[in-house]
Amino acid sequence: MGLVRWFHSLASPPHFYRFARRLSPWLAVSSVVLIVAGVFGGLVLAPPDYLQGDGFRIIYVHVPSAYVGMLAYVVLAGAAAIGFVWRIKLAHAVAVSVAPVGASFTFLALVTGAIWGKPMWGTYWEWADARLVFELLLLFLFLGYMVLRAAIEDRDKADRVSAILAAVGVINVPIIHYSVEWWSTLHQGPTIARLDSPAITLDMLVPLLIVIVGFTVYFAWLVICRLQGEVLERERTARWVQQLLAERAE
Amino acid sequence: MSEFLDMGGYARYVWTAYGITLVVIVLNAWLARRRHAQALIKVKQMDRSELIERTPTVRRNP
Repeated sequence: MGLVRWFHSLASPPHFYRFARRLSPWLAVSSVVLIVAGVFGGLVLAPPDYLQGDGFRIIYVHVPSAYVGMLAYVVLAGAAAIGFVWRIKLAHAVAVSVAPVGASFTFLALVTGAIWGKPMWGTYWEWADARLVFELLLLFLFLGYMVLRAAIEDRDKADRVSAILAAVGVINVPIIHYSVEWWSTLHQGPTIARLDSPAITLDMLVPLLIVIVGFTVYFAWLVICRLQGEVLERERTARWVQQLLAERAE
Repeated sequence: MSEFLDMGGYARYVWTAYGITLVVIVLNAWLARRRHAQALIKVKQMDRSELIERTPTVRRNP
């Protein structure tokens, strides 16, 4: 019960803001430690791939960024839908804060994938590969959400209209995930999320999992930083914001 | 060390990918912190008259 109440209290902007201020340094430090440790493991400790040699080490930045891009979209769509249905102010603020971060990681997944594709497939890009095309669509969904919001001046209206786009677009996330099984072309199949055991050995897998966790924590930190700004602006006339400013001025 | 940097002949691909990743990570941190900092400035500079107009709360100094 206590946990539920605590979770509910986070939806209150002043509670969230104070909580975020305490949490954010811990997220920042732990994400950097995890990413550095995981990348060290991936670049130095993991053995070269029997087929791709050392070229496979791009996986340690490509897969985590692709994962965070998709996670970001699920969070964006979920938050926007919650904001739309239950009219929770903080939920729309979450969606707004996630969008640019998700776009940047999706962009990173596309770029690192293209760089990896050149030596292994002989091409940076292939329009006939479903995984690549739907990943590009994910980037456009993030950008479309941001452009749509920017085009609507009234914030409440922007919240509601953009939430519809965000929610509809979530169908793209499972399509990306299963694309390599439904239409197998260039992109290789899943490495970790398989019904049987993962397709790589433990000394390759562990660093990858560490970077994935690190990127996820880093994503959380970025979103919380942006969300603090978003909440301040949305709540600018609230008394707690004025109190906060007074505290800071002292 | 040079063997490590060479990445089995894949140096330009591997290091370009890691370099771009570093840029995206650092840029994200800078932009996120700036977002928060700019909101603080904006809220601070907000016109006091807007505050009084929009909050029908008790006024301390009538």
